[in-house]
Amino acid sequence: MSVHARERRTTPARIARPIALHTIVIVIGVFVIVPIVYGVLGGFKDNPQLSNNPIGLPAPWVPENYTNVLASSDFWRQVFNSSLIALSTALVTVAVSALAAFVFARFAFRGRELLFTIFAAGLMFPFAVAILPLFIILRFFGLLNNPLGVILPQAAFGLALTIIILRSFFRSIPHEVEEAAILDGCTPFGFFWRILLPMARPALATVSVLAVVNSWNNFFLPLVVFNDKVWWTLPVGVQQFSGQYSADTAKILAYVVLAMIPALAFYAVAERQLIGGLTAGATKG
Amino acid sequence: MKTTKGPESAVTASPVPRRLIPPTQPRAPKNQGKARKRITIILFLLPGVILFSLLVLAPILLAMYSSVFKWNGFGLLPTNFVGLDNFTRLLDNEIFLGDLRRGALLIVLSLVVQLPLSLAIALLLNQKMRLRAVYRLLFFAPYVLSEVIAAVLFSMLLSPERGLANEVLGFLGLGSSSFLSEPDTVMFSLFVVITWKYFGFYVILYLAGRQSIPKELTEAAQIDGCGPWHVFRYVTLPLLGPTIRITIFLSVIGTIQLFDLVYVLTGGGPVHASETLGVTMYDIGFNRFQVGYASAISVVMFLLSLVFAIGYQRFVLKRDLDGATTTMGGGRR
Repeated sequence: MSVHARERRTTPARIARPIALHTIVIVIGVFVIVPIVYGVLGGFKDNPQLSNNPIGLPAPWVPENYTNVLASSDFWRQVFNSSLIALSTALVTVAVSALAAFVFARFAFRGRELLFTIFAAGLMFPFAVAILPLFIILRFFGLLNNPLGVILPQAAFGLALTIIILRSFFRSIPHEVEEAAILDGCTPFGFFWRILLPMARPALATVSVLAVVNSWNNFFLPLVVFNDKVWWTLPVGVQQFSGQYSADTAKILAYVVLAMIPALAFYAVAERQLIGGLTAGATKG
Repeated sequence: MKTTKGPESAVTASPVPRRLIPPTQPRAPKNQGKARKRITIILFLLPGVILFSLLVLAPILLAMYSSVFKWNGFGLLPTNFVGLDNFTRLLDNEIFLGDLRRGALLIVLSLVVQLPLSLAIALLLNQKMRLRAVYRLLFFAPYVLSEVIAAVLFSMLLSPERGLANEVLGFLGLGSSSFLSEPDTVMFSLFVVITWKYFGFYVILYLAGRQSIPKELTEAAQIDGCGPWHVFRYVTLPLLGPTIRITIFLSVIGTIQLFDLVYVLTGGGPVHASETLGVTMYDIGFNRFQVGYASAISVVMFLLSLVFAIGYQRFVLKRDLDGATTTMGGGRR
């Protein structure tokens, strides 16, 4: 112990530095976690408790706020809608993008770079710009109050990023692989389907995770497309619920907390793909 | 067409040099191969092109088109042409002009406070420390939640009667504030919520950028006698340049289209003190059915993003792309 200490020269600075470091990081951690903990605990209080005792633990613990939400069919319907729409969006986005990215990565033809640039430029078209005309177009096609009215536009707006990420991955697969496949009698589609896609599994997982998260958190589009509460997704449901029960803070907190569990659980499972995808998207995009 | 096991192994086992083996379609004339290739290209691109044209390009064109009409939004296309009236009206619209000022304020705050803060945190997290992975996981968590959830959570937290924030202020002897219902404080409250939601995203990007800087470079600087500040100033910061420029880009584009958070947190209030372009556009288009007028705001948002993106790419991102053209193949951004 003493040898060790002498070796590392325990000057005050050596001790102070890690302590300072940890203090700063912990303060930031508190800033991040307090709103969430406040929500979780608040959901276990009733409203008089929230007014008199906003900081402390609930006394007594009131589980009714949570159990009422869990017993409501509206909540589960919204979980179902969000899941259905997120999974379908991911499926459509990735399938359509993979086909296009394959062509962009491995075929030479005139106008390729121009077309790719147009797709890639989709990255900077903010969703909010298109929402009003999108609404009119969806109404024209009879897609209002229809999950496809959210799935298809989300997929269309997801194409840019997905194509960019997949194209750069497809390009990294050596040409020899393709030559060998073609020599062995593969059609372009056969090569794409039986060789390229299986090899691209990590990239496909990444872009699917991104599509799921973006869809899950989308609010603007479902807000305008779904008048009928049958199709409301969780964000719309949370917003409507908080408007409806604006006086009942505890109830809203319980609803919000339960609504964030699926997203956090998904994050816990797919953290690597999500972060990998976002950094890849930001640097390649 | 399908490869069976037989010929495949025969091919690999055969002593004939590879290039003597006839290509895929031995009997197909060259033209047919070309046509096949063209058909493949078209078929593969078709779904993407249709989806993108109908649901990304068409709406943007329709927004531009309807921005020069007076239109209540019925039918598919407007008919009452009014020229640039909608845009001149916008220039007299105090709310719209306020949106631009507030957007500028948020951008400045992001560039001066949020991004440097995120960079500092990323550099802290880059040090060897216990629980580093846990902190990283925690800081990024708000990014995964939808803006609606963040907004509802904070509207409770900041509420004057039952909120936690006032309790803390009172405990510290700082009096109380109504954060979201005062025009003077609402933008800063909004900025705090934006920071809570998004700083973790920037931390992750900076961390990725920092970790791609080879250790040898910082070590060499240290050996040459650089203190921590000089290592940061002359090695880390310049090498983080591309990442920093990207985050600035994302931050500005994100601010131009900010909607969900504001709509749920304040609805743009009190008296438009926190309204953004998106909220004004929504209100005019979906609540008052002045679709032409609202489309003019969409067009402004689009042009702002476009001009910024193109200008930024030309003058700021250019040097980053110059080195990267091998991987991007002339693609943009």
